[in-house]
Amino acid sequence: MEWLNWNSITSYLRSSLGYHILLEAFLLLIVVYLMFLRKKKSRRPAKLSEKEKQLLIDEWKPEPLAPDIPSDHYALNPKIVTSKYGKHIIVDGKKCLNLATHNYLGLSDEKSLEDAALNGLRKYGVGSCGPRGFYGTVDIHLELESRLAKFLNVEEVILYSYGLSAVASAIPAYAKKGDVIFCDEGVHFAIQKGLTASRSTIKYFKHNDVDDLHRLLIEQEKFDNKNPKLARVIRRFLVVEALYMNYGDICPLREMMELKKKYKVRIFVDETVSFGVLGEHGKGITEHLNIPIEDIDHISSTLEHAISGYGGFCAGTTFIIDHQRLSGLGYCFSASLPPLQVAVAIAALDMLENKPDLTEKLRSNCINMHQKLSRLLSCRVHGDPISPVKHLRFSKELSSYDVETEQLEKICDHAHQKGFALAISRYLDEEVLKNRPSIRLLINASLEETELTEICDVIGEAFDKFIIL
Amino acid sequence: MSNGTMVCKLNGYANGNSITGKSNGISNGTSNGSSNGLSNGLSNGSSNGKANGLPKGLSNGCSNGLSNGLKKTSPGEESSSVKLIEEYEATPFIIIVLCYISYVILNFFGHLRDFLRNTGIEKNKCAVERNRPGYVPLYSNYESFYTRNIYRRICHGWNQPICSLPGTTIDIMDRDTDDYNWTFRFPGTTSKCINMGSYNYLGFAENVGPRADEVQESILKYGTNVGSPRHEFGTLDIHHKLEKLLAEFLQVEDAVVFGMGFATNSTNIPALAGKGCLLLSDELNHASLILGCKLSGATIKVFKHNDMTDLEAKLRQAIVEGEPRTSRPWKKIIIVAEGVYSMEGSIVNLPEIIRLKKKYRVYLYLDEAHSIGAIGEHGRGVCDYFGLDTKDVDLLMGTFTKSFGSAGGYIAGSKQLMNHIRLHSHSFGYASSMAAPVAQQILGVLKTIMGTVGDGEGQRRISRLARNSRYFRQKLKQLGFIVYGNDDSPVVPLLIYFPGKIVAFVAGAKKLGVATVGAGYPATPLIESRVRFCLSASHTKEMLDKALEVTSILGDKFALKYSRRTRNTCNIEY
Ligand SMILES: Cc1ncc(COP(=O)(O)O)c(C=O)c1O
Repeated sequence: MEWLNWNSITSYLRSSLGYHILLEAFLLLIVVYLMFLRKKKSRRPAKLSEKEKQLLIDEWKPEPLAPDIPSDHYALNPKIVTSKYGKHIIVDGKKCLNLATHNYLGLSDEKSLEDAALNGLRKYGVGSCGPRGFYGTVDIHLELESRLAKFLNVEEVILYSYGLSAVASAIPAYAKKGDVIFCDEGVHFAIQKGLTASRSTIKYFKHNDVDDLHRLLIEQEKFDNKNPKLARVIRRFLVVEALYMNYGDICPLREMMELKKKYKVRIFVDETVSFGVLGEHGKGITEHLNIPIEDIDHISSTLEHAISGYGGFCAGTTFIIDHQRLSGLGYCFSASLPPLQVAVAIAALDMLENKPDLTEKLRSNCINMHQKLSRLLSCRVHGDPISPVKHLRFSKELSSYDVETEQLEKICDHAHQKGFALAISRYLDEEVLKNRPSIRLLINASLEETELTEICDVIGEAFDKFIIL
Repeated sequence: MSNGTMVCKLNGYANGNSITGKSNGISNGTSNGSSNGLSNGLSNGSSNGKANGLPKGLSNGCSNGLSNGLKKTSPGEESSSVKLIEEYEATPFIIIVLCYISYVILNFFGHLRDFLRNTGIEKNKCAVERNRPGYVPLYSNYESFYTRNIYRRICHGWNQPICSLPGTTIDIMDRDTDDYNWTFRFPGTTSKCINMGSYNYLGFAENVGPRADEVQESILKYGTNVGSPRHEFGTLDIHHKLEKLLAEFLQVEDAVVFGMGFATNSTNIPALAGKGCLLLSDELNHASLILGCKLSGATIKVFKHNDMTDLEAKLRQAIVEGEPRTSRPWKKIIIVAEGVYSMEGSIVNLPEIIRLKKKYRVYLYLDEAHSIGAIGEHGRGVCDYFGLDTKDVDLLMGTFTKSFGSAGGYIAGSKQLMNHIRLHSHSFGYASSMAAPVAQQILGVLKTIMGTVGDGEGQRRISRLARNSRYFRQKLKQLGFIVYGNDDSPVVPLLIYFPGKIVAFVAGAKKLGVATVGAGYPATPLIESRVRFCLSASHTKEMLDKALEVTSILGDKFALKYSRRTRNTCNIEY
């Protein structure tokens, strides 16, 4: 018995020797690990006592919620309007010819829009009292959506209750963290906010510079070739404006479409300014440049400019647009567009469809004005001749941004006295500006030849007077 | 969330701004035999005026312990402590299990049908992308799975178009589908229903009457478009009038208005906070608040819904620890909360938040979208409800889409702060300002609520809404339903748990003449699908009774009376 026992014990020990070493090594590791951890811990501050915490809390000095601000800021002393935003506008009590607000087709003054608003009011009231999902969809919302879709020849249109939030909600509905967005550096603010909200990687290319875009795309391709696994899930988007609000020039979309197809990026075109303006029937840049609208992945625009209503919309295929009905934040979580505004937009669309000469008249006004302004000496006009948005700057750079702004303000005041409303293009402090200050001149279809001449004379005279040589 | 009744103690919260000399009770003669000691307690123990500004429930003779949003625990005691009662009856365990099983089944069939679609056995009715070969897929698989296989089955419960004013009753356009909700067709008939779906709290969604007439005039005078931001030519005289009157109504120095409520949050929070700031946000905050917080670039921390202990712990921790990594002290800390939560029907514990805010010197941004006009003796929102000074809230935000029957939103507060917003708000700088008819509607309603026009009409509506809310909620509970939130809240979520039952209820109620809305995942937690009733001052008792009857019928039919509580058998007075 003893012998047997002894044998079994020694064999057990021998066989377990390997385990022993393992066990010891393991213990050693733990000791090292603990020491390491201790060291790390000791570098951290010791746990605070309640008293010390209280002291920290008492000592904490928060910044005020709002810093002191200059009381002479233009936003605090706005010009006050007491009339329709039509061809004429009463600003600070003086009737002026309106070249300051977006109303390209001059529809604000139309009786049919007014009637539509009144009928809408008497049928539906003012507010819709709910988001689209919760009884905020009124029959005319559906009508306007299908009318717009038919007008643009797309499958589906989605309405937003605020022009600013259409594109700002649309971009983050598709682009997510990790995706790549190529974007023109001159896009307007709502697009910039949409880009921020998407949390994607944003790559800006120089304004309207196709070569620069190409460079970025090649860079991306190289990266993709190195990381083929990642490349299969990173979505790539290209975001441009058709007609740039901050420049007044037109996007070289045809060249971009070639790149888009070659590198398989999805293109989002914002038609905030161009809808109702470009193209023979006002269908926007696709009509203007004769690009099939199916090739554009996503179009966004507003009803506040050419349509002279309120709200915004996005257009495209059902596959793309329908997604926003569950994922567009500004669509799902906000009350729908007031029905009376929908009625106005429908009436405006009627005008646009039935009066093709409206866009024709606008175009000729824009070109006419552009030619006239080009002849001025102290004033340079920027933008495309057919654009209703024109930026006016001093022909010669003045000493600083602030001085230029000040002088432009004087020009606006001068024009106001003469009965013309002109607006300086205003930007928030936080926007990084690429441009010198300018007066944003907005042309509409209701202006007559003589009025154009008068405007041009006043502008020329004022720029001559206030340029500091 | 689903752990029984949540009771928050509010100890001596009024912080020296007591309003004295007010009698309690919405005085419409329904104080029959109030044995619950509410009114006694309020008038006895208020030696320091604390209790005076408390919300005044309608005492309805039933003292079942939960009938009042606010109750005094021990009347006459020295330090009067008041309980804010928010109810979240626990979900019965069996329901949780069954609910998950229901999702398992839905998922199983979803995958099965996806398999059939992929193999071509079943016809794929989803929209597919054309002419984009080689592009990276636009949607993640999970997202599209949910929409294709779960949402699509029940989507006819939402987006039902109406063809009338969103008033007391609405005309819903009937829809038919031949392909299981992939497409709808409209046979051209409508159903007239009692509207318990729209946020028409005070019943100001109107198309006739003095306010509508004023709106008409404003359309004739100003038109309907603006086409310019406030920084350029977008300021109408009517905007100034509105901002002034609104500030007066809210009893603050100044206010600013915007064209959309959602954008009021998403475009103004970035003007208030930035890098190095901390935003403490309630976990159930609205999407617009969350978006605004994200866009601001500040650090965001989330606290448990209406849980003041959690909020205080997070506040202390934040101040002690400072910014992560650098430990630099926070520049400023802003608490972001809502007045009434539209999915829970709960009312924010404002007295406690204000106490914390003062104790730790942080700021408060309060979204009163669902509470402005709808809550409080004068309709001034949650501050009014609790009898607190509106100046204690740094930023009062609200929307006009609900009680005002209009559109847009506002922010109100100190003059300096509003000027700061005027300079830095994204909407102010770039968005078309509020259209004139919309502004005029708000002006008309404001004047009515404030009592300057309409012969006490506004006050009558406010009282009526309070009465309707309490009556409807108590009746539902009596019927055995699980109802979340505060007894005084006009939003009434009724828990039905199962996703499949949402649409059964909504469609069933519509057939019986009541329009309600459902909410399910992802708007609510997975197993807490619910239907929601929004009460309005324009509902009559008969309408409420009809809605209750319909709800009860459906509740029996679909087995929705989940409550395990002993039911109050007293007669509930209107
Ligand atoms: C808390 C909260 N904030 C903001 C909003 C958005 O308001 P609006 O519908 O006016 O855009 C809502 C609307 O549902 C809301 O519930």
